[in-house]
Amino acid sequence: MLDRYARRRYVDVVVRAACVIATLIALIPLISVLYYVTRRGIGGINLAFFTELPKPVGESGGGMANAIQGTLKLVFLACVFGIPPGVMAGVYLAEFGESRFGKWVRFSADVMSGVPSITVGIFVYALVVLHEKHFSAFAGGVALAVLMLPTVTRTTEELLKLVPESLREAALGLGVPQWRATLRVMLRTAAPGIATGVMLAVARVAGETAPLLFTAFSNPFWSSGFDEPTASLPMNIYNYAVSPYEEWHRQAWSAALVLLLLVLLLNISARLLVRNRVGAR
Amino acid sequence: MSVSHDISPLIRPRSKILTRFGREVNWGDFAFRRLTALLAALMIAALLAMIAAMVHGSAESLRTFGLGFVSSEIWNPVRDVYGALPFIYGTIASSVLALCFAVPISLGVAIFLSELAPAWLRDPVGFLVELLAAVPSVVYGLWGIFVLAPWLRDTVEPFLASTLGFLPLFQGQQRGFGMLAGGIILAIMITPTISSVSREVLRAVPSALREGALGLGATPWEAVRVAVLPYARSGLIGATILGLGRALGETMAITMVIGNRSEISVSLFAPSYTMASVIANEFSEATGSLYLSALAEIGLLLFVVTVLLNIVARLLVWRVGTVPVGGRL
Repeated sequence: MLDRYARRRYVDVVVRAACVIATLIALIPLISVLYYVTRRGIGGINLAFFTELPKPVGESGGGMANAIQGTLKLVFLACVFGIPPGVMAGVYLAEFGESRFGKWVRFSADVMSGVPSITVGIFVYALVVLHEKHFSAFAGGVALAVLMLPTVTRTTEELLKLVPESLREAALGLGVPQWRATLRVMLRTAAPGIATGVMLAVARVAGETAPLLFTAFSNPFWSSGFDEPTASLPMNIYNYAVSPYEEWHRQAWSAALVLLLLVLLLNISARLLVRNRVGAR
Repeated sequence: MSVSHDISPLIRPRSKILTRFGREVNWGDFAFRRLTALLAALMIAALLAMIAAMVHGSAESLRTFGLGFVSSEIWNPVRDVYGALPFIYGTIASSVLALCFAVPISLGVAIFLSELAPAWLRDPVGFLVELLAAVPSVVYGLWGIFVLAPWLRDTVEPFLASTLGFLPLFQGQQRGFGMLAGGIILAIMITPTISSVSREVLRAVPSALREGALGLGATPWEAVRVAVLPYARSGLIGATILGLGRALGETMAITMVIGNRSEISVSLFAPSYTMASVIANEFSEATGSLYLSALAEIGLLLFVVTVLLNIVARLLVWRVGTVPVGGRL
């Protein structure tokens, strides 16, 4: 009897240890990526990296100012095209979403959130690039916005549903019309949580490369406005990493460091934003 | 009692009621509802437009090759003959390999975080695992080229060849770049998806089940095995399928490490090619409408498969009773 009990205890300890080991193994790549990106990227970070254009192969120096500008441009466009419709669609789902139409919208959002980003690239290529007949920042921004849209919508819906109904009732009791109660009371209460969801979505699309391959493309020079092919950090990392030049590899690591810092900063600040608030996960 | 029943629609007026009664038809409410509905309709429109664009784009290839497209091995842009089998094989094999690595590890992480870890450790470790999902794909690719692939070439592959080399899986030239590297990179990228959805699923298991098992004298692991896992099974399968959907569609990281050669080989050391990679590499340089159309058809296949997998996965996860926000991460 004692024997069997000892064996059960033994199995228990072994499985627990296995779970701990699995968790440690899962974290090794994260640590390794952070370590190598920092170590190999830090050397190339200087003022020129943020202010100068890339130099042609063979010349040392130069920077990625145009790619940083391009990434900011693309993210800006994605926010403009993605956030307002996404939030409003989320409001619709939370407020009136029990209709059959609402169920279809929810279903479409879930389906879209599972679509591979490369197919979104093909979609936007057919929709925008074929009509304009050239690659542009605009097309890239649209592609990123399409990727953001379902996440923003569903987050807004989930968080609005967490706001206590009594707040709305109080507002309506004061004679506020329903739509103002929704916007000024419900949406405002849920705002920090929604902001977190939006920032996480922005962080995700900021690092996306696949949908930019044939929408924003890339550009070794500055691009003006939103109508020209545009360099971006993820595209530059890709192009430089697969190139055969040592100097470009170094630049790719530096770009990766900048991109990673941007993405992690967005992620961490998004999570700090909702600490101990309504809608914190 | 009956009074409160009567006034309840007035306390929480729904707009359906509002539009029926005279005064309550507030133009703001009316416009607001229409506006949000219009933007919500945009979601359905975008999805339909996506399907239409993919089908339209691949029409020429569908007509020309028919079903032979998925069974032919020949991909020859020069002769304008296209068959997607090597890419389909590469995508499936790399994703299955990724699941082999990622599922046990993710389950371990999920069980650790939801059942075994002390409370103070759960959130920080959970946060770190989610950070894995935050690292951009292209950064994993860069790391894969310069850190993972050389390590595989110099350490792991020689070791596998010398110990398990009698299996065809571990034969051939050791390059570092190939199926093994692709599978590992994908596994890293889907681990956070599978483990965070699994964790939500395990959390949704009623604690009475756990307590009942523990009360009968089960050890913590036995409680998980006999009470928690059976209840959560369909949700855990759903989490795995969500991970599979992500692995199939993943593009940049795997393009950078899998070697990009359209051969079908059983060896894990051999280079391969995936559906997403061939689109990424060739789409912007494709000349000729049939070439573009064939690439679009690969995109269509990928789209259909991932969408179906996602629907199935979500149904399974719902059955356990949780809908993780943005389950895909």
